[in-house]
Parts: sequence; structure tokens; C-alpha cells
Amino acid sequence: MTLPQQTTTSTDVGKLIGSVERFRNEGYRLVQIGCTKVGDLYEINYCFDKDYHFENLRITITGDTEVPSISGMYWNSFIYENEMHDLFGIQVRGMNIDFKGTLFRTAVKYPFSQPPVTVTKGDKP
Amino acid sequence: MTKQIIVPFGPQHPVLPEPIHLDLVLEDETVVDVIPSIGYIHRGFEKLVEKREFPEYVYVAERTCGICSFIHGATYCQGIEQIMNIEVPERAQYLRVIWSEFSRLHSHLLWLGLFADSFGFENLFMGVWKTRERVLDFMEETTGGRVIQGTSKIGGVRRDISSERLDQMVKDLDVLDQEMKELTTVFLHDDSVRHRLRNVGTISRDDAYHLGACGPTGRGSGVAVDARKLGYGAYDRLNVQVVTDSCGDCYSRCAVRAKELFTSTDLIRQAAKKIPEGPVDVKVTGAPDGEYFMRAEQPRGELVHYLKGNGTRFLVRSRIRTPTLSNIPPLIKMLQGCELADVPVIVLSIDPCISCTER
Repeated sequence: MTLPQQTTTSTDVGKLIGSVERFRNEGYRLVQIGCTKVGDLYEINYCFDKDYHFENLRITITGDTEVPSISGMYWNSFIYENEMHDLFGIQVRGMNIDFKGTLFRTAVKYPFSQPPVTVTKGDKP
Repeated sequence: MTKQIIVPFGPQHPVLPEPIHLDLVLEDETVVDVIPSIGYIHRGFEKLVEKREFPEYVYVAERTCGICSFIHGATYCQGIEQIMNIEVPERAQYLRVIWSEFSRLHSHLLWLGLFADSFGFENLFMGVWKTRERVLDFMEETTGGRVIQGTSKIGGVRRDISSERLDQMVKDLDVLDQEMKELTTVFLHDDSVRHRLRNVGTISRDDAYHLGACGPTGRGSGVAVDARKLGYGAYDRLNVQVVTDSCGDCYSRCAVRAKELFTSTDLIRQAAKKIPEGPVDVKVTGAPDGEYFMRAEQPRGELVHYLKGNGTRFLVRSRIRTPTLSNIPPLIKMLQGCELADVPVIVLSIDPCISCTER
């Protein structure tokens, strides 16, 4: 079986709260929030589901952009927002529970904001 | 106003197989608030995607969890196959279902044993784990591994199960069902178990849904969401029964898992009956260029593998959202208002897998 194609809607940081509010009002649940470093930018995916219908909302930001928390609408978002702060260094404003960088304790600060490791043939992993 | 005190719970605690720390804010013996902490065993699996070529990363994905490792591997493979438009042979899809459901049996039996241990029913704990051995034996016999199976690969599976073995497996399921029936009767009908679990750690359907509860944690509150209904693998050709309960307490979550044991054996029987002959893998060429959020139903709930490739042998991103991560916020809600003595049972009722969560 081929699984359904997934659509991603891009939005601006300034319109994030309004877009998330629409999902909340329509009864979607928050599946996850995940961050990806693409070049010098960061993509943040907000994934929602309702009756197995999957929607992905995406913002693309620079490393110094402050992102508003959506924990006012989705209380459980704090776990994902703290995670993207601790692993990527994304600043999130207004989280309901702010661990201030102690949710994931890593030896390297913000490890996923570091450049990708380049592997050449013959390198030991 | 009653004086509030903070009691630390974990990260090491007899009831916790893995480290999670909770700061319990108490008024007398009642928990009024909870602050969770994880991060003790963060392993950086997702970062490893930069150092392993995408076919090799299956081995890393599998090691995310030592209980449902097969489902992690299969979910990763299905995500890559989706991006690359790979048509997996039908037999491989059915085999993935069979091993996935055996993983669920293994996980639920392991949890039921630990849960019995948490409320002091040691005899039941040992009985459940004895039955679990049958499941592990089957996994070992058909894959070579009891914990890490290593049978999923991009484009199919590495091993086949002969028709004779499948026939024997179906016969063995009758014995397994009989043993599980006896054990689950105790979980569902014993007065001491019911007394310990009823009305403990209750969460309403609305709270469970909006706080992101998934798997048996959500279904125990009546949230009828099961990712197998998405139809990945061969699930679209099988009759998947979604087990729910409405009370939302520890007993309900236990009852959902107990009943799901039998839906798993039913799915294995259905798959064994419908599995066609044919190859179990296809040759894969090229590299993934695109992205996909692959969702699957782990024993603990909905698993998401987000995969993004750029046409090279190394993925740009592998992000694993495990069910326990999603079940931590509902856990906070369950604990608010409970008695201190109930905390271990409530924490265990979400079947926390911290290794999965930390990745």
C-alpha cells in the first residue's frame, strides 16, 4: 500500500500563533514539534492529527530568531519546545514549563546546531 | 494554607526500570504538582545519522529501544521506502506485521509483569514473564535475536519464515492464548488488583486527547486512536480491532494492554492465513531525496520517524518522536491530586520507556 502524501504548509513566525489556533479550534491534536537544521537556517515542523488526517505546519527561521511558545493552546508543547531549545539552541518565548536548558543534558551545548560531521571513505565511524 | 514540600522521585527507584526524575509538590500526602526531568541517558542517536549511510542507519534506529526494536527498524525502513517510492514485496509486509505483533506481545507481557511487581503481586509477575519467554523464543527462532532482531531492511526483510513454521506458530498461539487468558483473568477480575488500580491516576478523555496521550495511555481514556489504522505494512488488509476503555484510570490502561494481547495474536493468525508466497525483498538503488513523517503503532503508542534526505547517502535529519515523550504531559495530569503512595503505580501505568525517549 502506498501511504498518503503529506502536505506541509509554510508560515511566518508572526503568523504561527494564529495558524496553530486554527488547528486547536478544529480539534486537532499536537503530534510533535521537531526541528531540522538546513544550512544556516532552522526548519521547525508543528505536526497535527485529527481522525488520522495529518497536517504539518512549518516555519523557517535563523538561529537568533525568538519563537513564540504554543503552550497556551497546546499545554503539552513544552516538552518539544524545551527539546528544541536544548538540542538546537532555539529560543522559545513564554513556555509554560521552562527547563532553562536542563531537559537534555548534553556534553556539547546545542549539539544539533553544530555543523554536520563529514565522513569520508575510510574514516572510522 | 497547608505547607507544601517537594519530594524527589527517581531517577533511581525500585519501580523504575529506567531513569526519570519527578519533583512531587505535596500538601500532606497529596500531590498537587509535578515537574518531570529526563536527560540522564541522552544518547544522541539522531546525530548519528550524519555518520551512517541511510541503509546502515537501520541498525541505529533498531537500537532506539530494546523492547520494540523491530518496530523502530521497520518504521524507519518504511519511511525511507515511502520517500524513494519503493514497492516492498507483499510477503515482506506480512512478515513485518507478524514480527511487529510479536514485539507488542513481548512488550505488553513485560509491562504486565512489571506492573504486577509494582503493586506487590510477585507471583503474577513471574507467571507473566514465564509466558513472555514463549514470545521471545519465537522471535529468536525466526530472526536469530531475542532483543534486537535485525530483520528489517530497506526494500523488505532479511529473513523468511517457512510455511511449516508458520503453521506451527499458529498452533503455538493457541497455547499462548490459553496461558494469557489465565493471567489476564487475574489482572481484570482479581479484587486486590482492582482495588489497587481503580480510580487511581484518572485522566479524562478530553485531557488525554489534548495533552497528546497516545497508545494504551490514550485508549484507556477512550481516545480511539491506533496508528495501525493508517494501513502501513499489511495492516490495511487485516481487521485491526482498536481496544478502548472509558474510565481513564490505571485499571483501564492495564485492561487495554491485557485485551490487546489477544488482538495481537488475532492479527498474527490473520497474517499467517493471508501471507502470499514470493520474494521478501527488492533491490534498492539511489538515495532518498525528500521527507516523510512515518507513523507506526508501537506497543506504547504512536511512533513518528521524521526522515529527510537530500539525494546523498547521508540523511539530513532523522527525528524520532517516541510515545513516552508524548505521554509525559498526560502523566503530569494523572499525578495531580493523587496520593504519594500511588505515584509508582501511576508512573508505571503509562509504560514509560526512557531509553526510547532520550534517543
